[in-house]
Amino acid sequence: MSKKRNKKLHITCIAAFFVLLCATVWLLGRITQPKYTSGVLEGAMTQEYYDEKYSHDVVFVGDCEVYENFSPVTMWEERGITSYIRGSAQQLIWQSYYLLEEVFERESPKVVVYNVQSMKYSEPQSEAYNRMTLDGMPLSKHKIDAINASMTEDEDMISYLIPFLRYHSRWSELTDDDFRYAFSHDNVTVAGYLMRADVKPMTKLPTAPVLEDYEIGERCWEYLDKMRELCDANGATLVLIKSPSLWPHWYEQWDGQISAYAEKYGLRYINLLNVSDEIGLDMQTDTYDGGLHLNIYGAEKLSKYFAGILSDELGVPDRSADKDIAADWQAKSEAYYALYNAQLAELKEYGYLKSWTLGEEK
Amino acid sequence: MEEILDILNGLGLDADFENCTTLIDDGILESLDIVTIIAELSDAFDITIPARDIVPENFNSAEAMLNMVNRLLDE
Amino acid sequence: MLFTSYGFIAFLAVLFALYYLVPRRFQWLLLLAADVVFYACAGWQGLLFMAATITVSWASTNLMGANLRKQKSYLASPEGKALERDERRAFKKHNEKYRKRIFILALIIDLGILAALKYTNFIISNVNSVFGASVGAVDWVLPLGISFYTFQTVSYVIDVYWEKVEPERNILRVALFTSFFPLLIQGPISRFGDLKDTLFAEHKADFKQISFGFQRILWGYFKKLVIADRLLVAVTALCGDPSTYTGAYVFIGAVLYAAELYADFTGGIDITIGIAQVLGVKVQENFIRPYFSRSIAEYWRRWHISMGTWFKDYIFYPLSVAPWLLKLSKNARKKISDGFGRKLSVYVSTIVTWFLTGLWHGAAWNFVVWGLLNAFFILLAEEFKPVSHRFREKHGALVNGFCYRVFETLRTFLLMCSLRILDCYRDVAVSFRAFGSIFTELNWDEAFSGTLLQLGLSGTDYIVAGLGVIVMFAVSCVQEKRGSVRESLWEKPVLSYAVFFVLAVAVLTLGAYGVGYDASQFIYNQF
Repeated sequence: MSKKRNKKLHITCIAAFFVLLCATVWLLGRITQPKYTSGVLEGAMTQEYYDEKYSHDVVFVGDCEVYENFSPVTMWEERGITSYIRGSAQQLIWQSYYLLEEVFERESPKVVVYNVQSMKYSEPQSEAYNRMTLDGMPLSKHKIDAINASMTEDEDMISYLIPFLRYHSRWSELTDDDFRYAFSHDNVTVAGYLMRADVKPMTKLPTAPVLEDYEIGERCWEYLDKMRELCDANGATLVLIKSPSLWPHWYEQWDGQISAYAEKYGLRYINLLNVSDEIGLDMQTDTYDGGLHLNIYGAEKLSKYFAGILSDELGVPDRSADKDIAADWQAKSEAYYALYNAQLAELKEYGYLKSWTLGEEK
Repeated sequence: MEEILDILNGLGLDADFENCTTLIDDGILESLDIVTIIAELSDAFDITIPARDIVPENFNSAEAMLNMVNRLLDE
Repeated sequence: MLFTSYGFIAFLAVLFALYYLVPRRFQWLLLLAADVVFYACAGWQGLLFMAATITVSWASTNLMGANLRKQKSYLASPEGKALERDERRAFKKHNEKYRKRIFILALIIDLGILAALKYTNFIISNVNSVFGASVGAVDWVLPLGISFYTFQTVSYVIDVYWEKVEPERNILRVALFTSFFPLLIQGPISRFGDLKDTLFAEHKADFKQISFGFQRILWGYFKKLVIADRLLVAVTALCGDPSTYTGAYVFIGAVLYAAELYADFTGGIDITIGIAQVLGVKVQENFIRPYFSRSIAEYWRRWHISMGTWFKDYIFYPLSVAPWLLKLSKNARKKISDGFGRKLSVYVSTIVTWFLTGLWHGAAWNFVVWGLLNAFFILLAEEFKPVSHRFREKHGALVNGFCYRVFETLRTFLLMCSLRILDCYRDVAVSFRAFGSIFTELNWDEAFSGTLLQLGLSGTDYIVAGLGVIVMFAVSCVQEKRGSVRESLWEKPVLSYAVFFVLAVAVLTLGAYGVGYDASQFIYNQF
C-alpha cells in the first residue's frame, strides 16, 4: 500500500472514529438517562411541558407544594381555567425563574403563581434534584443559565450537556423501560399535576426547629426580583402563594418578609395556610403522607378554592367555549380519571400504590 | 589486560569477560557486581574511581575498564 | 488538576491545538506557559518554591560551567601548556574545589527545601516520642510534585558537576525542564540529557506520533478509570479496617492492591508519556512489565525505573566509591576477613540506598521498614547466588523450563505483594500483624461467602475489574513477546481504530468517574 493511500485511509478512519464515538455516546446517553417511569416519577415532569399543544392562562412554578397540591383538571372543570404546573422536586427559585423564561418564550400566560416555600433555600442543594429538574429541559440559553445557577460544588456543566458522562455507571442496572423510553416518554402528570390517591392521616407534627437565621437569602430576593420583572415585561400578573402544606414548617418570620415584599411591589401574596378551614382541608383524609403533601382529595378542594380566586379576583377567563381547547382538556380529564381509577385499583389490590411509589412504607 | 581479566574472573561472576562488550547494556552485570568490581579495581591499582566515571561505557567490557584504569592512573 | 478531571482534559485540548498553531520556535515557551497555568491551579505558593529551585539550579550550573570553560581555555592556552604536570594538577584541583563548593551549596538548598517541607513533621513526631516532648506539628503545604521536580533538578545539577551535560544558559529552558507538567504528577523522574533534545525542539505535527500519543493516553485512562479507581474502593475498605479484615482478607487485599497500584501507576505514566508524545517530547519509559520479573533485583529494574536509576546513579554508586567506605572495607578485609570486607561496601551502600528510597516514598516508618526489607531480600538473593548458580548448572533443563519460570515470577510477585502490605496499612505493627494473620487465620470460607461484596463493589464491579486485568495481562504478554501493540496495529488502520473505538467506549461506560465516585488522587501524587 502506498504511503499516501495509507494516510488517506487513516484520516478516513479517524473521522469515522469520532463520528461513531459521538453517535454512540449520544445513543448511550439516551439509554442510560433515568426514565423515572416508576418509583421516583418526579424526574420525568419537566419534559412533559413541551408536549402541550395549547397555551395556558395560568402557570404555576414551584416545588412539590404546587405539583402535588393543585389540579389543573379540577380548575378547568370548575371555571374553565387553562393552567399548567411547572414544578419539580425541590425546585429552587432560580430553576423556577429559568423555566418561566422558557414559558414566556413559548406562550403568554396572564397569571404566574409562584409558591414561596423554596425561598428558604438560597444555595444549590442537591445534585439529584438538580438533575430531575434540569435534565428534561431542551438545550437552550435558559437551560445553560439554569445549570450554572444550580450546580453544587462538585458538578460539571459538561455532564449536563453530555448526560452519558453522568449516567454511564447505570449500564449494569438498565431495565426494559430504559430502552423503551430512550426516545419517547409517557406522561406521568396531568398538566403538571402528580396525582396520589392514597391517604395517610396526619398524626403529630414535629416541633419546628429553632433556626439560627430567619433572613431569607439575598440570592432568593434577586431571583424574585427577576421573576417579577419578567412577568411585568410580559404583561403577566405575578401571584405569590404559600401552599397549605403543614410541613416543612413555614415560619412567621419568613411570612413577614414575603408580605413586606408583596406590599412594596403591589403583588398579591396569599398564605393559604390561613384559609385551610375555608378551603375545607381535613388533614385526616386529604394528605397522603401525614401533612406534607395533599392527595387528590386535598388537591381538588384546594383547586376549587383557588380557581375561584383566579377567575373572580384575577379575571382569568373561562375557555370552555373554545372547541379545540375544550377537546384538549377533555383528553386531559380522561387521563386524569383513568389514572385515578388505576390508583384506586392498586390500592385495592396491594393496599398501597405499587407503581407510583418506591414501595410500601414501613 | 591480563591483570584485569585475572581480577574479574576471580570474582566468580557469571560473565564472559574476555569477549563480551555489552556487559552493562545487556544487563549481564548488575549494580551490585559493578560495585564489587570497582572495589577490586580500586584496591588492585590503588586508584579512586569517582562516581562520575560509573557509566555504562566504562564497564561494558574488560577493555573499557582497562582504559578507564589507565586514564585514572594517568591523572 | 487531576489527570481525570474535565478541567484537565479541556486544558490539554487547548494546549494541543495551540501547540501546533503557534510558530514552532515558540512551542517550548507555550509549554512553559502551560506549566505555569497547571501549577498555579494547585496553588500559587508552590510556584514560589519551584522558582527558587529553578533559580538555584540555573545559577549553580552556569557558575560551574563558566569555571570549567575558563579552566579548559587556560590549560589550552600557551601559558597553560607551559605548566608543569604538578602545576596543571594543582590548577585543576583548585578549580574543582570551587565547583564542588557551588555544587554542594546548590544541593543543600534544593534538597533542603524538600527536606524541610516534607520531613519536618516526621522529625517532630519522632523527637516527641523519643524525648516525650510535645512540639506542635507544622502546617506547611507541600507543593505539587516537589519530590519529582526536586529529584530532576538534583540530577541535572549533579550531571553538570560530573560534566555529563552542558549547563543550559537560558533560565526559561531550565524552568521548562523543571516544571514540565506531565511529569509533575508522578514522574518519570527524567534526566536533562534525555529530555533536552525533544523538549526544546521545534516540532512539526507528526501524524503517527500524535496518533500514538492519543492511543497511549486512552490506554492509560482505561487502566486508571476502569481498573484502578474501581478496585481502590475495595482496597481502601480492606486496609481501612485491619481488625475486621484479617487472614484471607489481607491476602486478597494485597493482591487487589497489586492490581490497583499497577493499573493506577502505569496508567498515569501512560497518560504522561502519551501527552508528551502528542507534544513531540520523548520521555523515558518507567515500567517494563515488572510483574513478569523473576527476582526482586529484576523487579526493581522494571518498576518505576526512573526512580530506581536515580537512586542507583546518585546514591548507590557515589556511596559505594566514597573514600571512607572504601577505607572501611579495606580495613575489614585486613582485620576481619577478605570476604566480609569485600562485601561491606556493597552492603552498606545497598542498605543506605534503600533506607532513603523508603523515606522518599513517604515520611513515615512504614516506608523506611519497607525499604530496608527490600534491601534485605536483595542482599539475601545476592548471598544465595553461588547456591542458585550451582542449582542452575545442575538442573539446567528444569530451570529454563516454563514451569520454573512461572514459579519464580509468582514467587517474586507474592513477595512484592507482601512487602507492599506496609504501604497499604501505613503502620509497621499493623502491617506485621496483618501479614502474620494470613497464616494463622484460615478464614477463606468466610471471605468468599459474600463479604467481599460488602466492600463497596458489586459482583459486576469485580467482573469488570477482572476482565480489565485480563486485558491488561494479555496486552503485556503480547508486548513481552512481540513489542509495541500500537506499532503492529498501525499497518491495519481499520482494525486499529476499531480497537481504540471499543477502548474509548469501554472507558466512558465502565470508567469509575463522575458523580457517585470519589475522584481519587493518583496514589503517587502526594510524594
